[in-house]
Amino acid sequence: MCLGIPGQVVALSDPENQLAIVDIGGVRRPVNIACIVDADHPLEQCLGDWVLVHVGFALNRLDPEEAVATLALIDALTLGEEDPSHALP
Amino acid sequence: MRYLEEFRDPTKAQGLVREIGRLAALVDRPGPIKIMEVCGGHTHTIFKFGLEQLLPPRVELVHGPGCPVCIMPRGRLDDAIALAQIPGVMLTSFGDALRVPGSRLNLLQARAAGADIRMVYSPLDALALAQQHGDRQVVFFAIGFETTAPSTALTLLQAQAQGVTNFSVFSNHVLVVPALEALLANPDLELDGFIGPGHVSMVIGTEPYRVIAERYGKPVVVAGFEPLDMLQAVAMVLRQLAEGRCQVENQYTRLVQPQGNEVALAALAAVFEPRESFEWRGLGAIPVSGLRLRTALAPYDAEVKFDLPGRQVQDHRACACGDILKGVKKPWDCKVFGTACTPETPLGACMVSSEGACAAYYRYGPQITNRTS
Repeated sequence: MCLGIPGQVVALSDPENQLAIVDIGGVRRPVNIACIVDADHPLEQCLGDWVLVHVGFALNRLDPEEAVATLALIDALTLGEEDPSHALP
Repeated sequence: MRYLEEFRDPTKAQGLVREIGRLAALVDRPGPIKIMEVCGGHTHTIFKFGLEQLLPPRVELVHGPGCPVCIMPRGRLDDAIALAQIPGVMLTSFGDALRVPGSRLNLLQARAAGADIRMVYSPLDALALAQQHGDRQVVFFAIGFETTAPSTALTLLQAQAQGVTNFSVFSNHVLVVPALEALLANPDLELDGFIGPGHVSMVIGTEPYRVIAERYGKPVVVAGFEPLDMLQAVAMVLRQLAEGRCQVENQYTRLVQPQGNEVALAALAAVFEPRESFEWRGLGAIPVSGLRLRTALAPYDAEVKFDLPGRQVQDHRACACGDILKGVKKPWDCKVFGTACTPETPLGACMVSSEGACAAYYRYGPQITNRTS
């Protein structure tokens, strides 16, 4: 029910109603992007954003740097090199 | 970065499984380690990718009540059916909601009997139906946790701004943290920690879980929905247990910020207020666990606009959904599991949604049997 799918904003279709076209795994759907727009990130800057889509709404932006950092942390564990900040006392 | 395949890498998963084994051995006390994944989406990932079989036997995943379809009591379904049967009303909801059994019928059966019931993918579709059908009263049967509630709120605010008067909401939105507190008050249930719901948390942030860590002394790790996310979250819970820590941690940093999403939270606050109490299937009445529309929005509140039976109905006697939602019983401890109750003809709501524990056991059961046999 809380299923959310990553997609990329590819067009701003109806700025007045904060609707954008989001490419979700190759399917393009109109999505409301009100939740990812604020003073620091106006509507025009949303083009190209990766977002999490749930019941027709983009509820948050996905952060590529954090995604890379998470994968790097997992790699470190896999290779047996632990992040010192997580070491056991 | 496409945010899916990268988090399904089998080699990395094996590395995490080794780390989980190492950490589980460091938890210095006898007996099983029980970790509850709260969210039905997590339950689905666990079964779809067979994660339980990868874990050391000592680490047990308990499937929690985070499936909004599964916890909807029969009385609320009866109310939705009564709404749909009012002449001139068109009832709209998500597909899963249409199959949840009420005390006599589900919504699909009510539709077959002539009620105007439509499936929608978004509350915005329901608003569009109201705009297309000016002669009908379009009601959105709103279910879901904090992930879904902002979409209802934003849709309602849009209806208000556009002066749409034939649209209303039957709110059954529920809140995660009060449900966890209710579970923790149950002495039957022995849990060591929680995997927190990632998509609820993208809305509410990580702060609201502090009560679980601080008052109840259980670690909470908010996690994403891909296999690597979940394995990493299990490792993080185990690490806290091994180190004797008890904190709220965030595995899903690519999406979840500590403060949540401000636009979504503002929409929630503008539209909803907490109910004194809300009835959950299997768990009973839980204080401050549901959302209703604010009084100022009464013209959009189906509970004000229409006369509803509002009757409380006992859960089905044979169905063990309640104990399954609490994590006290496994689906195959239920007498009707897989016999009278199947995904085609569910008696209990845990069999309705693909996120329900019973539906997951039913679909992926053979793999699980191999582990326990």
